[in-house]
Amino acid sequence: MLGIFQNIEISHYIYLSCVLFCIGLFGVLFRRNAIILLMCIELMLNSVNLLMAAFTEYMGDQNANGQMFVFFIMVVAAAEAAVGLAILVMVYRNTKKTDVSFLDGLKD
Amino acid sequence: MNTLSIILGLPLLGFIINGIFGSKIPKSLSGGIGTISVFLSFIFSIMALPMFIENPEYTIKLDLFTFLSFDTFNLRVAFTLDRLSLWMTLIVTGIGTLIHVYSISYMKEDEGFYKFFAYLNFFIFNMLLLILGSNFIMLFFGWEGVGLCSYLLIGFWYKNAEYGKAARKAFIMNRIGDLGLLLGIFMIIQQFGTLEFTTVFEEINKGTVSVNTLNAIGILLFIGAMGKSAQIPLFTWLPDAMAGPTPVSALIHAATMVTAGIYLVIRCSALYVLSPIANEVIIWTGLSTAIVAALIGLKQNDIKKVLAYSTVSQLGFMFVALGCGAYTTALFHVTTHAFFKALLFLGAGSVIHGMHHEQDIRKMGGLKSKMPITYYTFLIGTLAITGFPFLSGFFSKDEILTIAFNHNIVVYILLVGSALLTGIYMFRLLFVTFFGEYRNQHYAFDKVHESPRLMTLPLMILAVLSIFGGLLNLPHYLQHEGGILQNWLKPVIGLTHSGQHEISFNTEMILVSIAVLVFVTAFILTRMRYISRKQVPQEQTPTGVLGIISNKFYFDEIYDLIFVKPFETMSIWLQQVFELKIVSKISYGIHDILRFFGGLNKKIQNGNIEYYLMFMVIGVLILLGFNFFN
Repeated sequence: MLGIFQNIEISHYIYLSCVLFCIGLFGVLFRRNAIILLMCIELMLNSVNLLMAAFTEYMGDQNANGQMFVFFIMVVAAAEAAVGLAILVMVYRNTKKTDVSFLDGLKD
Repeated sequence: MNTLSIILGLPLLGFIINGIFGSKIPKSLSGGIGTISVFLSFIFSIMALPMFIENPEYTIKLDLFTFLSFDTFNLRVAFTLDRLSLWMTLIVTGIGTLIHVYSISYMKEDEGFYKFFAYLNFFIFNMLLLILGSNFIMLFFGWEGVGLCSYLLIGFWYKNAEYGKAARKAFIMNRIGDLGLLLGIFMIIQQFGTLEFTTVFEEINKGTVSVNTLNAIGILLFIGAMGKSAQIPLFTWLPDAMAGPTPVSALIHAATMVTAGIYLVIRCSALYVLSPIANEVIIWTGLSTAIVAALIGLKQNDIKKVLAYSTVSQLGFMFVALGCGAYTTALFHVTTHAFFKALLFLGAGSVIHGMHHEQDIRKMGGLKSKMPITYYTFLIGTLAITGFPFLSGFFSKDEILTIAFNHNIVVYILLVGSALLTGIYMFRLLFVTFFGEYRNQHYAFDKVHESPRLMTLPLMILAVLSIFGGLLNLPHYLQHEGGILQNWLKPVIGLTHSGQHEISFNTEMILVSIAVLVFVTAFILTRMRYISRKQVPQEQTPTGVLGIISNKFYFDEIYDLIFVKPFETMSIWLQQVFELKIVSKISYGIHDILRFFGGLNKKIQNGNIEYYLMFMVIGVLILLGFNFFN
């Protein structure tokens, strides 16, 4: 299995990760549903993860420092998702909506 | 512990205790603390006396710390007790003690009792600061401090708006004088580079400074003295200051604070000896004040106002003596005046107390039988001030007259006239208040009562002092080697001439006879009018010349017209036009501009998270772009 991934050129990884990142970014910017927002953030983080893993392999780093970061990012993402969802639940309980465009309390 | 720090510190301690804990401790205690702190201060000054008698040059110094320091100019918080300041300290603390005792009884019913004693103690402290300071700045601190205390005590019954106004008037009038004093001090700094009394006077005695400069400094300092000692044109605050409680009038506005101006001139005698123009200014200011105030005093019907104008007039006498270079004589008159004027004021306070806060002499009369102690002590005070032979006022006033005679015959004649007026208004006050028939329908004669022992005791002590005060400086014809005070002050005041040595015994006797004659004339004239013909001052204001006098020469009205009204008009114009039309327009304009730009920015800050994210992304892209193209 490993061999397949090693045979793919690094540029393909970069393209894929760019595409995933942009999908995530545009999702965050233009969707209003908070759940989709969270999912898009997750997507952006994971696109970076992918890039990290690919570059580690490409550089031939024996210590696999980049892949270490992948795990860090995953932990952070999990924590962030937990907090984000908790906030979302509270928002939903209070407003019966998951639409972020109605939440404009920041301007006060 | 330095004696000086005890003398200075005790009243301050009394002020702090009464000021902080006064409301929580009983009245007797706070009165006791106030009185005892001043009394102990007095005792310590007396204890210092023997050393000063032994050694004429003896001084006690207390050098605390540097208050301000520039490269060559140092201002130190330092105090010096020499013979002059010891004399003043004895007067201030001695009379202060008596008046504190008196106040315990006089202010008994007042809710601000502890506050009153705190202020009084603070006043004594500031007065001592003024007297004991060893440079002009310490003097100035004390000067301002007594001004502040005077303000607080005049407006002590601040719930009465009129009294508050009187307090403010006193404060503002004094500020005008203080400006003069301050300018004088600045000139001294510029000329001498120091403010220490000893250094400045040494420099002056070297003769390196031009007469014109000395004249200018002298006149500027005298303007300060004018304000504090209520001379024309800054005297109108003193009669109004009678709004304060009577002990305050006695202590501050008769016996001690108002003599601060005299003290200043005596302290700077080295300067004034060499500045002839300043002396002329002092003489003529003092003279005109002595006459004008005495004239106004003739027609006043408020028992305290008469005494207030009398004080102004007597201060004028003292300044005439100062202007003639007779510093000893002026201090002598300060001393005797402190005795009898404090006595008269406290006596007036006793009358007011007995009459239940009635001050109009037209509503008194016949109080002699009801208040014997007050009557007899008041009589002694009156005799002392009018110059009954061999009482204290006789000697001091006679000395001033002699000196005036020596200096300028016109000054002498005018002063004799003023002395005659003094006799007339004082006897008028005495006769109308204590003789004749009782004239108050609203307060039954039976209810008039003698004051309690705590109030009559100070009266009696002051009466004794008023009788024998003259012994402090007997004239040349009675004591050949010169009076006590004159010898006492010799080391402090270098150049002084009392004037008495320069005229013959016969001339002197003629002058004394004239003084006695003046006294007798005043007595007979007033007695004829108020006792024999039983006249009572009229209710309605007279017309003509007397009208002008009873309206106090329209001083207040003129000041109102010249200074207050234009100032008010200008203030209103500034408020209506400058403030509302110009300043407000500018500030509102700035406000509108900011509001406009703020409105533009407001649209970005709509609180919607998507927009924020969008801006963030755009920002990141811009940064990336920069990175890319560079």
